[in-house]
Amino acid sequence: MAHTAHESNTKRIWVVFGILSVITIIEVILGIDKPKALYMTNLLSMNLLNWIFIILTVVKAYYIMWAFMHLEGEKGSFRWSIVGPLVFLIIYLVFILLVEGNYIFDVFKNSDYRWIF
Amino acid sequence: MGATVTTTATNGKTWDGGNEPMGASYGKMMMWFFIVSDALTFSGFLAAYGFSRFKFIESWPIADEVFNHFPFMHGVDAPMYYVALMTFILIFSSVTMVLAVDAGHHMKKTKVAVYMLLTIIGGFIFLGSQAWEWKNFIQGTYGAVETKGGLILQFVDKDGKRVALGDFAAHLPKEREQLTRNKGVWYMSDAHATPNYSVEQVVEGFKANPDLLIRSEFNTKDKTKTVLSREESLKKLNDVKYVVEGANLIRNEYGHKLFANFFFFITGFHGFHVFTGVLINILIFFNVILGTYEKRRSYEMVEKVGLYWHFVDLVWVFVFTFFYLV
Repeated sequence: MAHTAHESNTKRIWVVFGILSVITIIEVILGIDKPKALYMTNLLSMNLLNWIFIILTVVKAYYIMWAFMHLEGEKGSFRWSIVGPLVFLIIYLVFILLVEGNYIFDVFKNSDYRWIF
Repeated sequence: MGATVTTTATNGKTWDGGNEPMGASYGKMMMWFFIVSDALTFSGFLAAYGFSRFKFIESWPIADEVFNHFPFMHGVDAPMYYVALMTFILIFSSVTMVLAVDAGHHMKKTKVAVYMLLTIIGGFIFLGSQAWEWKNFIQGTYGAVETKGGLILQFVDKDGKRVALGDFAAHLPKEREQLTRNKGVWYMSDAHATPNYSVEQVVEGFKANPDLLIRSEFNTKDKTKTVLSREESLKKLNDVKYVVEGANLIRNEYGHKLFANFFFFITGFHGFHVFTGVLINILIFFNVILGTYEKRRSYEMVEKVGLYWHFVDLVWVFVFTFFYLV
């Protein structure tokens, strides 16, 4: 850590705090209001509002990891040895589990098996 | 840099120790790789939660109806505000943490200590908020009944507004008392706390109030819950087995059983991380005050616990999205 020059990052920190706050406020407004144009849609088994929430969350995660956890100041090899496995494994796991969950829902809904109630 | 160049001049440097792969010190790198593994643990939990939600997509509770409390505003429907406040508290404590790291780079001991203290206070406020959230969740607001098949039935009036059990349950003589140690000769623990109302009281009260209807777990096309007609409601009441008030690990009044389990487990595991984060921050705070890092001429330790603290914030951002927004 000693070799990188440590000029003060205070301004950057407050800018990132501003960005995170604005994103959170947008999320809360959308979450309370739930505009019908977004909420009643369906894209790949989820409504557009949920997609917006997830994208905004990833943007927030990017700012926290890059600015607060200072990944932007690390070497590229270090940065990607952290972010690469996370991105790959999480997308992989989530994809498999959600598809499977959806499939089980379909089986119970449409096949001869029934919920007992 | 020099590490990959194989000339005789740099060979000595490469193998003589003091070399930092990927330009990060040992401690920082290991903190990062711990965070990677912990992040995967949390993703496992959240993915399992997503799996269950997709599996029961038609009967999952609507978060806005569950988390709608705000301090000092009783009976006011305030979805999201409280949890948004908690998010801000945690993001702000992340900001003070990163300011402490920044001050550490400039070897400003007092500034580091002040910012660390603010971070610790933010952490405690967050923990307190979470405790309050849990208290509301466990206590419940309206109460519900459960059928033999495990379906939760809630009660609404003609306008679809929720009605609490206490507002209509008939007053019948209690046939069952909670068994406690001082009442029993031979003490056996009572399996479950006795609810305030018995099934008979709820059923009688429902029959006596023609305005009441039952709301089932299942979603309609408009993504609200299905309200049964009066006849269907009365028929459904024959299957009622339990009165459910609030939430525990077995059943909850909000809807599907897994909902409370995932809520307790994931927010609990995150809260545990916040708690350990606060403890570690306190340790480092005292080290800063004692001048440990001043003597070491490096505040890198503040940076390492900072990484952990930001990670806790990072996880909360995802928990916030998947439990309260989506």
